[in-house]
Amino acid sequence: MWFNSLSRALGCCLVIVCQSSMASSADDSPEVFVLNDQCPAGFARNAENHCKLDSLYNNYQSPHGSGVGGLRAGLPALRDGFSPRVIDLGRYLFFDPILSADHTVACSSCHDPDYGFADGLARARGINNVLLGRSAPSLWNIGFFDTLLWDGSKASLEEQLVGPLYADNEMGNRPDQLLRDLNGNTIYRDLFRQAFGTSNIALDHVYEAITAFEASLVSLNSRYDFYAHGLQTALSPSELEGLNVFRSFVSRCGECHTPPLFSNQEIAIIGVGEPEGRPFDPGAAATSGIPGQRGGFRVPSLRNVARTAPYMHQGNFDSLRETVAFYNGGRGHAVPEDEDLLIHWHIWDPKLREEELDRLVDFLHALTDEGFMPDIPEHVPSGLPPGRAISRNNLTSR
Amino acid sequence: MNKKTVFHGFGVLCLLLMSAVTLGAVHEVKDGESIQAAVTKAQTGDTIRVFPGTYHETVFIDKDDISLVGVIEDGEWPHLDGEKVLNDAILYSGNGFSVEWFKITQYKGNAIMGQSGNNFSIRNNWVIDTGLYGIFPEFGHNGLIENNILSEIEDAAIYVGMSDYIDVRNNQVFDNVAGIEVENSRHVLVEGNVARNNTGGILVFITPGLPIKSSYDAIIRRNFVTNNNTPNFAIPGSLVAGIPSGTGILVMSGDKVVIEDNIITGNNTGGIIVTSGDFVTEVASDKESDPHSDQVEIRNNIMFDNGNDPDGEMKLLMLSKFSTKGPDILAYQSATQKERGSCISRREAYRSYGLDEWTDCDAPTVRAVDAVVSADDIGTTRQLMTKMLEAPADPRVITADADGAEVVYSGICAGCHAYNVRLIGPPALVIQAQYGDDVQAVADYVANPERRRPDFPSMPPQGHISEEMRLLVAEYMLGLEG
Repeated sequence: MWFNSLSRALGCCLVIVCQSSMASSADDSPEVFVLNDQCPAGFARNAENHCKLDSLYNNYQSPHGSGVGGLRAGLPALRDGFSPRVIDLGRYLFFDPILSADHTVACSSCHDPDYGFADGLARARGINNVLLGRSAPSLWNIGFFDTLLWDGSKASLEEQLVGPLYADNEMGNRPDQLLRDLNGNTIYRDLFRQAFGTSNIALDHVYEAITAFEASLVSLNSRYDFYAHGLQTALSPSELEGLNVFRSFVSRCGECHTPPLFSNQEIAIIGVGEPEGRPFDPGAAATSGIPGQRGGFRVPSLRNVARTAPYMHQGNFDSLRETVAFYNGGRGHAVPEDEDLLIHWHIWDPKLREEELDRLVDFLHALTDEGFMPDIPEHVPSGLPPGRAISRNNLTSR
Repeated sequence: MNKKTVFHGFGVLCLLLMSAVTLGAVHEVKDGESIQAAVTKAQTGDTIRVFPGTYHETVFIDKDDISLVGVIEDGEWPHLDGEKVLNDAILYSGNGFSVEWFKITQYKGNAIMGQSGNNFSIRNNWVIDTGLYGIFPEFGHNGLIENNILSEIEDAAIYVGMSDYIDVRNNQVFDNVAGIEVENSRHVLVEGNVARNNTGGILVFITPGLPIKSSYDAIIRRNFVTNNNTPNFAIPGSLVAGIPSGTGILVMSGDKVVIEDNIITGNNTGGIIVTSGDFVTEVASDKESDPHSDQVEIRNNIMFDNGNDPDGEMKLLMLSKFSTKGPDILAYQSATQKERGSCISRREAYRSYGLDEWTDCDAPTVRAVDAVVSADDIGTTRQLMTKMLEAPADPRVITADADGAEVVYSGICAGCHAYNVRLIGPPALVIQAQYGDDVQAVADYVANPERRRPDFPSMPPQGHISEEMRLLVAEYMLGLEG
């Protein structure tokens, strides 16, 4: 079947990208950093030198521009429109540990392309290997979101990214040190000049570039998408069965994981509970101040979800199969006894058969598309090793 | 509300009828055959005629303008039977979908569930115990739900969710938890339905936490809302589980709702209840959804024999108002406030509570001579025939020109083909070298690709793109420059 070979080819493709970049650096000539004048795959450059997403979804509407609907519904607005160079600069910054206080942690340390731009860990690890409270979310399609983080407390990528950048337990940096480090690096001064026309690096330009890169991480060409656009043979029979379970009002998956983004961006209280020994996470209530949102989290997108195990805000489940089984466990079955949560009305006891859960997992795998994977830099301007997920050390044993 | 509207209302009806009759091929399905197999074969515009027999399947329609038509012979219906194993009888996402003349029973989820299909038509279906909902269009613009009969549904028999421009007409709903529920939807006409012996007859809600936040402009008109006293048998935790048995019409957070010319009798808790968001639901609040019911107009309804035995908390509430009976009309919580701008006609006719600050609506005597001609001049909605659109809601289409070709190329092709870099497929440069300017050859190949390069995976066929568009895209690809 073509789609199996497609996914194999994706793997091959990554290998090839890595090999070719290694080949280019094999002669000991110093790395020359030139920002790309072409937009990332999937984006077209307009007359103003802005990269705008080209997607078949642009041609569909969604009710009230909400970005939710069925198969051929429009997406929410994407944070696109950045110049190719700003996006490419963001790519270097994203992978460069120079952004952290001790130069050990990059954005990509927790958002590694090989793990669906998450990190393969139940809970992320910050600077000095500190274990954080929640799992690192995937960044695929993050530019479509206007509610960011697990608790939905941030409305823009710029607003969000300063959180980890300056949090003591994440990247631990301070604005003055960040500016000093970047302005002290002649390569970055040149790259910022290429991107912004000034080599005097300002924080807003740093944030803008990282935002631009993150918003370019678009995954909209999965087998599911081919089906949605009208290619009837794109999904296998078992995946089609899974799609029908997914959108059924029995499972109700699609009521919150609404196509085409596979998230409605709302806060939902599903009552997943915490791993053994962990305190109860109040979720959105802690930041919104709305007591009724206790235990609520922003509905995550399911695109590329097969690449981002483990699942839920503290990595409760290792596999998709365990995750879908949670929803079949009965309303509130995992809520601690002393918690009285306003569990979402769609959480109930759907009594799905075991094979229906299997089909759901089959379908979730059909949401995988990493065709627009950006180039992963072998070298970053600081000369530091680009940040990659800790889990990579265990890659061979996985 | 003028003659133009009347005319257009008929125009929409004619369009819907014509589209069902005139377009496409006809596929026939007989007992023992698969309806889905016919759907898979069908092209846009086709009709599938299903003959009497029992069909155990989930039929899904993800293409446009498909009509499913049951054929009834000597009183024998085509019967979709889920045997309480299958989830849904019919799932559709295509635009212009039409389904009629089916008997649907014993599913777990829904009889007919739509996600985002516009211009749908669901008529003349007979639905018994299909689980949670009967008819469930969601995210749709412009639709007609008419002449269906539904019973024994655990949630709403007819649910209109996050949709716009919908008519719900002449249906009969009984022995359900909710008869008809309009949730987070706008421009809805609920007219001429019989909602009897449900837990609650007709509901207009805003539910917080949904991505489309408003519910306004609904007309609830000329319905029979009677004896909705069935004990609530909803699944605990569901939104309707808190609806008191004996509720006629319930407006919760909905705005600009006109309740006019209905017959509302024998509902033991109350005839009409207008309230704010936290009345029956325990749902996490949502900063963006307004919990208040604004601009509700209650006019000229015949109401008696309501409130004989109020349920649960409503009984306590009425006792606090020194009454053992429930109300004809109750405004509750913020719905009582003057600034909500609600009005009532003939207020003295009803046993009502909480309406002191409501203003008086017009309550005209409608005489035969002016029932049609000057209806809106005298303050009724009689001349408004439909809330559906004058012309079908169009899905935007990709233009068959160079702009459209660029969109298709970038959206689909560029995922695998870069200009001069090997991605999943060969670079556009390599393809240009091979095909030169043979646009037709490329357009043909992509519709039925065969594997030619051992070092690349097979290409997924793109036959879903029209030939015209494939030619344009091929031209675009062969003309690409670095």
